[in-house]
Amino acid sequence: MVLLSDVANSNAGGAIGAGLAAMGAGIGVGQIGKGAVEAIARQPEALNDIRANMILTAALVEGAALFAIIVGLLAVL
Amino acid sequence: MTSGLMKSFTVAVFSIFLLLISMPSFANGGDGENGGKKKKAFDAQEIIFGHVLDGHEFHFFDITHDDGTKTPVGIPLPVILYSPQRGFDVFMSSKFHHGEHEYAGYRLLNAEYLEKLKDQGHDLKKEGLSAGKIIAVDGNDNLDKSVKFYDVSLTRNVVQMILALAFLVWIMITIAKRYEKGFGVKSAPTGMQNLLEPVITFVRDEVAKPNLGAKWEKYLPYLLTLFFFILINNIVGLIPGTANVTGNIAFTFVLGIISFIVILASSKKHYWGHIFNPPGMPLWVKFILVPVEFVSVFVKPMALIIRLFANMVAGHIIIICLISLIFIFSAMSKGVGIASSPLAVVFTIFIYFIEILVAFLQAYIFAMLTAVFVGQAFEGEHHDEAHAAH
Repeated sequence: MVLLSDVANSNAGGAIGAGLAAMGAGIGVGQIGKGAVEAIARQPEALNDIRANMILTAALVEGAALFAIIVGLLAVL
Repeated sequence: MTSGLMKSFTVAVFSIFLLLISMPSFANGGDGENGGKKKKAFDAQEIIFGHVLDGHEFHFFDITHDDGTKTPVGIPLPVILYSPQRGFDVFMSSKFHHGEHEYAGYRLLNAEYLEKLKDQGHDLKKEGLSAGKIIAVDGNDNLDKSVKFYDVSLTRNVVQMILALAFLVWIMITIAKRYEKGFGVKSAPTGMQNLLEPVITFVRDEVAKPNLGAKWEKYLPYLLTLFFFILINNIVGLIPGTANVTGNIAFTFVLGIISFIVILASSKKHYWGHIFNPPGMPLWVKFILVPVEFVSVFVKPMALIIRLFANMVAGHIIIICLISLIFIFSAMSKGVGIASSPLAVVFTIFIYFIEILVAFLQAYIFAMLTAVFVGQAFEGEHHDEAHAAH
């Protein structure tokens, strides 16, 4: 299998990288959700604190995933 | 357990099935920059970058006439150029007629002229030439590289940012004056005060006080400014037809640098001591940890910058892509286009609500992380004192 042009290579690399990053974000935020929901089940009174922490941590994890998406976009451009 | 065996068997069968039905295929490189797109067909990339990047006019929509020509509808903005050779040039961007005419020795690049430049042998990527940029041209309407000029125009990002700023300042000064006069101090606040007081107390009680301890009053004006400025620019950017201010790396870069300066200005010797000499670590760990800690001082504001920029620009691109789906399908056949419209609009509305949430969230995250980093920078040996002050 011979990849013919640089443009195709970089487009493919960018797209695959962005897809992997989205996968990573999905797994990460899923783990956060799992931990948060389990904590709420254990202690329903702490709902508001847990919700605030969950949203904060999700934004941080998404930040890391978006780094990778930006790099993927740069590879295409 | 046989269920374990069944599970492994199922996984094996599916994996082999997927491998057998896979075909090699190549990413579309096409011929040249565009990937071989047809001339009159819908160019999604042009639409996306036209919306997400900066421009010299507010472009709302195009009116397509029966003979196929398009009249763009929008608001032109002033173009301000300074060149040491040619001096100041100030004129409205409508003089460029969307790149069809040159004016005062300058030209606005559009797809047609970019093709001409490519035919002349210019490497568009290396020279940084893209649609919407202004270039200097000589008498023969060719790119004149010897003229150096600075583009300090009022582009749409600048105009929108100034308008958002004016709106924010007006609202905040209005409610500050009302508080001074005594409304909403002893009794319940009303109107605009009522709208903003919970948000301001939220920033004070959830962002400033927990992270900054006893010094929260010093930093609260900066945190409030940061939060409301990012929030209002995020929200205004979501309105169709407006510019994408927070999704601009230059904008977020400046915000990040200012936060970085605030963090450095409030850092104490204790903080730098912890970076260059982390306590409680054996010597060999310190060799690895000290460079990592030093780099993290710079990486943390970089992460703030990229997080805000990437979230905003990704949201805008998703919304534009979903709407462009309708046009892409229409290019195949009218029926498919009409069928895909309800689906695309439903998805777009769903993503719009998520983007409104992301607008608030990213403003909160930026302000909160700045507060966290500032709190980390000035915390000292007096941990217990600060906690007792709560």
